[in-house]
Amino acid sequence: MWNSLDTGAQDGLLAEVIAIPAHNGDWIHAYWARPAGPGPHPAVVAVHHMPGWDEYYREFTRRLAAHGYNVICPDLYHRFGHGTPDDVAARARAAGGLSDDSAVGDLVAAAAYLRALPSSNGKVGIIGTCSGGRHAYLIAGRHPDAFDAVADLWGGRVVIRPEELTDTMPVAPLDYTQNLTAPVLGLFGNEDANPSPAAVDTLEAELTKHGKEFEFHRYDDAGHGFFYHDRPAYRQQQAMDGWDKVFAFFAKHLT
Amino acid sequence: MCTYINKQTDIAGSGKGADGWFPLSRLTVAFDHPVAAQLGHAVLVDIQDPHTGGRIALELDIASATALAETLQAAIAEAQLTGLAE
Repeated sequence: MWNSLDTGAQDGLLAEVIAIPAHNGDWIHAYWARPAGPGPHPAVVAVHHMPGWDEYYREFTRRLAAHGYNVICPDLYHRFGHGTPDDVAARARAAGGLSDDSAVGDLVAAAAYLRALPSSNGKVGIIGTCSGGRHAYLIAGRHPDAFDAVADLWGGRVVIRPEELTDTMPVAPLDYTQNLTAPVLGLFGNEDANPSPAAVDTLEAELTKHGKEFEFHRYDDAGHGFFYHDRPAYRQQQAMDGWDKVFAFFAKHLT
Repeated sequence: MCTYINKQTDIAGSGKGADGWFPLSRLTVAFDHPVAAQLGHAVLVDIQDPHTGGRIALELDIASATALAETLQAAIAEAQLTGLAE
């Protein structure tokens, strides 16, 4: 839980940009953070959102590490070049966006990297917000053996109409639900339109239909991105409760 | 992308950024999360040259993006009447 640290304990974390082998044999940058102790530690792959591999996600990664996890946040936009996060995100948009295959390949590689570490306890989860939540759900369905827990924070377009499918997004993540083996945590704002409450209902029904283990938390007076303290969408009470849900979920399934 | 609303087309022209003029070759219009505008979602207009990295970026609410589109179309319509349009 937030702010439950022991003020008398030796504590710390390490964090820096590294390079990891990824999709198609490419080496991509990743933000890597881990507790200072030798472990063993559970691990989490953090999947950045549409605005990019940005400062929010570096803080997000460090927060998870401060709570006891080896964490990697791959730069899914690495192949579009480097610069400020918004310039790189614009370049990604100009190229038609990030393909699902590229994201899935990079995230599976990140999980393998974490699992191979001598400080690994053998468990790896995945968490993403926004398009990152969609990627987390997608990859857990396409590669059910890669992750031991999945946290989808308001991932939009997990439920989509067939006419909305594209070359870079050819299959709705919902359609992979039957393949899931890991438990799923979902956090959603009831004022969000993408995903809407109806879309979350559809997702919940699909998980129930296939007998999957999941827990959803749906927040009133919260819309899309309610964790983002740098954006107008931030909702303090809902975000703090959401973080408690994330830590409790990962503690239950990864430790 | 979050909404996955993202349109691109090739263009030609010049743009001026912080470092001066640069050639333009690519227009992208998306509707998704802005970085600076205090909106949940915005029309994101990027006019850029991928080779040099030059970029002109706009983040507009729907009303402003509509006004931009309508003003552009009105000016283009008058320009085409002049016989000078290239």
